[in-house]
Amino acid sequence: MTIRHHLSDQLLMAYAAGDLPEAFNLVVATHVSLCDECRAQLAAFEVVGGAVLDLCDLATMRDGSLDACFARIDACIDAVPQSRVAPRKRAGVLPAPLADYVGGDLGQVKWRSIGAGVRQAILPTGKGASARLLHIPAGQAVPDHGHRGIELTLVLQGAFRDDADRFGPGDVEIADQATEHTPVAEAGMDCICLAATDAPLRFNGLIPRLAQPFFRI
Amino acid sequence: MSVMMLDAGQSEKLDADLPAWPYAAQGQQVTRRKEGSAVQATDDITDWAVLMARVRDDQDRAAFAALFRHFAPRVKSFLMKSGADATLAEECAQDVMASLWQKAHLFDPSRASVATWIFTIARNRRIDALRKARRPEPEDLDWGPTAEPDGADLYEASQENTRLGAALAQLPQKQRALIERAYFGDLSHGELAAETGLPLGTIKSRIRLALEKLRLQMS
Repeated sequence: MTIRHHLSDQLLMAYAAGDLPEAFNLVVATHVSLCDECRAQLAAFEVVGGAVLDLCDLATMRDGSLDACFARIDACIDAVPQSRVAPRKRAGVLPAPLADYVGGDLGQVKWRSIGAGVRQAILPTGKGASARLLHIPAGQAVPDHGHRGIELTLVLQGAFRDDADRFGPGDVEIADQATEHTPVAEAGMDCICLAATDAPLRFNGLIPRLAQPFFRI
Repeated sequence: MSVMMLDAGQSEKLDADLPAWPYAAQGQQVTRRKEGSAVQATDDITDWAVLMARVRDDQDRAAFAALFRHFAPRVKSFLMKSGADATLAEECAQDVMASLWQKAHLFDPSRASVATWIFTIARNRRIDALRKARRPEPEDLDWGPTAEPDGADLYEASQENTRLGAALAQLPQKQRALIERAYFGDLSHGELAAETGLPLGTIKSRIRLALEKLRLQMS
């Protein structure tokens, strides 16, 4: 898998810092599972976190804090597993963090039709942003839409093109208010994407706009 | 015993070449054991990884106490800057430090410095305690049985971290504050700086190289 479109430094830093809404965390964790380039950059941003921690001024610890900490340690010393837990690995097509949300692999996705052959499955995430899987038939266009907030689209299978570029497996497209485009799934293979946005999509055209509440996104 | 496997020559080199760690706890003198000699050297450089290895390998309470004295007040401060009140921050800081003991077997100095590792534990604790937003983690890489870390690699990594810390400390106040607020979870993503102005390139390259090696071994 050759990944050409990566996560931005802003997103990686915000993920390292623990600042992102859950839906964006999911896209970052899924992309990093596929991309060593971003995994390395993420690790570098965690080193920044270590430096920030080390530069923090010193809060006064409560009297007897160290003893209290040893008491905590002694209280659960027998419960501590002394071996490494097995690494979380990919079982099928979907990277592990995404498989956790789906509750299985691609076969377990509960798709719903949203018209024109396009199917989606909304994933349960917390406040601030929403995430969904999109299934776009090969050669099919996603309704023309702009964005009110930030939208991240990570390709899991197949590819899509917009006016500017091609996005294949592992690639992530970062779209914002300025992005107005018509992504089209490449011929040959249906395109499956993970998309997250912190605002409802704005479709250009009356019918899709009216339909939007039914899309729940 | 990984980090302590540095031969005597390497230890001398560490002592001679490492710039003074600028953030060692004020007035704290830490004794560092030199392998291969009975000499107890005292200097102002604290090798947290060595102390962490003693906690991991020998359940050394004195080593843990030294780590606690340095890091616990910083973790508490970090949590208070993230919006926790003093009581919650104290509780969570003790939790984080207790995790250090409980998860010591997972500590791998070739993958993260002690400060970086504690940061990730504190960050996750903060998310649990304050944000309640789930933060899924990437897939784990199968690093396999921990190879003895290469002394030269560890030395290089600790130099990079030292340089990064110094660079952060020297940033213009406004820029540094922006980065710090991001890590305190106190920033909307619209505010994030496009460029951090920090020398991350060498750190990223070193990690990238380690990942390449790992992929080769796995294939």
